[in-house]
Amino acid sequence: MKKITLPMNREEIGSLRAGDTVQLTGTIYTARDAAHKRLVAMIESNKPLPFSLKDAAIYYAGPCPAKPGQVFGSCGPTTSGRMNAYAPKLFDLGVQCTIGKGPLSKEVIGSIVENNAIYFCATGGAGALISKCVESAEIVAFGDLGAEAITRLAVRDFPAVVGVDSKGNNIVR
Amino acid sequence: MRIIDAKDVTAAVRGAFLAACIAPGEDVARALCEAEKKESSPSGREILCQLMDNNRIAAAEGIPSCQDTGMAVVYLEIGQDVHIINGNLTDAVNEGVRRAYDEGYFRKSVLSPLDRINTGDNTPAVIYTEIVPGSGLRVVAVPKGFGSENMSALRMLNPSEGRQGVLDFILEAVQNAGGSPCPPVVLGVGIGGTFEYAAYLSKKQLLREVGSINPDPALAQMEAELKARINALGIGPMGLGGDTYCLAVYIAQFPTHLAGLPVAVNFSCHALRHTEVTL
Repeated sequence: MKKITLPMNREEIGSLRAGDTVQLTGTIYTARDAAHKRLVAMIESNKPLPFSLKDAAIYYAGPCPAKPGQVFGSCGPTTSGRMNAYAPKLFDLGVQCTIGKGPLSKEVIGSIVENNAIYFCATGGAGALISKCVESAEIVAFGDLGAEAITRLAVRDFPAVVGVDSKGNNIVR
Repeated sequence: MRIIDAKDVTAAVRGAFLAACIAPGEDVARALCEAEKKESSPSGREILCQLMDNNRIAAAEGIPSCQDTGMAVVYLEIGQDVHIINGNLTDAVNEGVRRAYDEGYFRKSVLSPLDRINTGDNTPAVIYTEIVPGSGLRVVAVPKGFGSENMSALRMLNPSEGRQGVLDFILEAVQNAGGSPCPPVVLGVGIGGTFEYAAYLSKKQLLREVGSINPDPALAQMEAELKARINALGIGPMGLGGDTYCLAVYIAQFPTHLAGLPVAVNFSCHALRHTEVTL
């Protein structure tokens, strides 16, 4: 198991191999279907983005509301494949990793290789466990989308497996 | 005749979803534990251990094991001697769903299909009513997550394809689904009936206790064969490789038309949640 601090430098990304188990610590941004649609629309119309995509980590997730006293609600990964249409554009603009579950399209894997990026698989359904890794949470955009808002999370020891490495090796079926 | 107040139906539905959305039952816990012992992939074992830890955390803290607390599916078995008073039954069920998702801090995931505008309270529920003998009212609450629902499939087979065609179709659905439905999964299969009844039957099989054996020996044999062949594909937990893809396959059949052979497969992730209350 490798402990990873986000953002990674590009050499570190290059050293990770598909199948490696990791724990991620640092800043990640939640974004799923509706948030991606809006982000890409903003990019296409040259509007300023709500957070910098350079070296960003995007987590495909939409949480439960936090209970009183909870930092963040249950928040396991959602199916990454639904973001296939948007992912290459975001990798081109500097996103260094995505975190989700399930396989990616060939086009997205090609974009990961081109951009020296990486894809981590989190454990689908482990929403309660993953919520324990969240140390702080702040909505940065699209609060009107509720669970689909973009939220900046500070995470510690978030468990994941490298699904697609920067060379394009893929273990996800 | 027995009188049941619609308010009691609301209370039953509320209570059932508040319980169901937290974590799957002991049957799933046992199946995950057994699977972990047999799993040969290190990352597969790690994932299965995470899932067991996750369900323990959820139960201990009363938080949902999975953030996808689903679309609310409600089965009502209503005794033919029951009369519901003081309100509309559908409204009573939806009110129970509304209260549970609000009070439980569950995710509200239900929206208009084309405009994608969230209804804000996880209603409406999908409600199935069945009239049964007697004077009871049984409520079964199923929060159905869509990572797995999306991978479900139905095909109207040609009768000449027979049993082999059914097996091939299910294996094809699994290969198409891969890691997306959050394996380890449970598969419900409906064979026969009509187009929609096969799907209905397939979903209802997800209510069976994981580890139970089908009383029909021919179906039990088919279930065992499918489970073995599916796990042998090596897709593994979360599609990252391994021996554990499905914890159980459950099949039901119903007579069909001589020209048809409908078959439906409904996927559930390992968060196989359901709770029942009888009034």
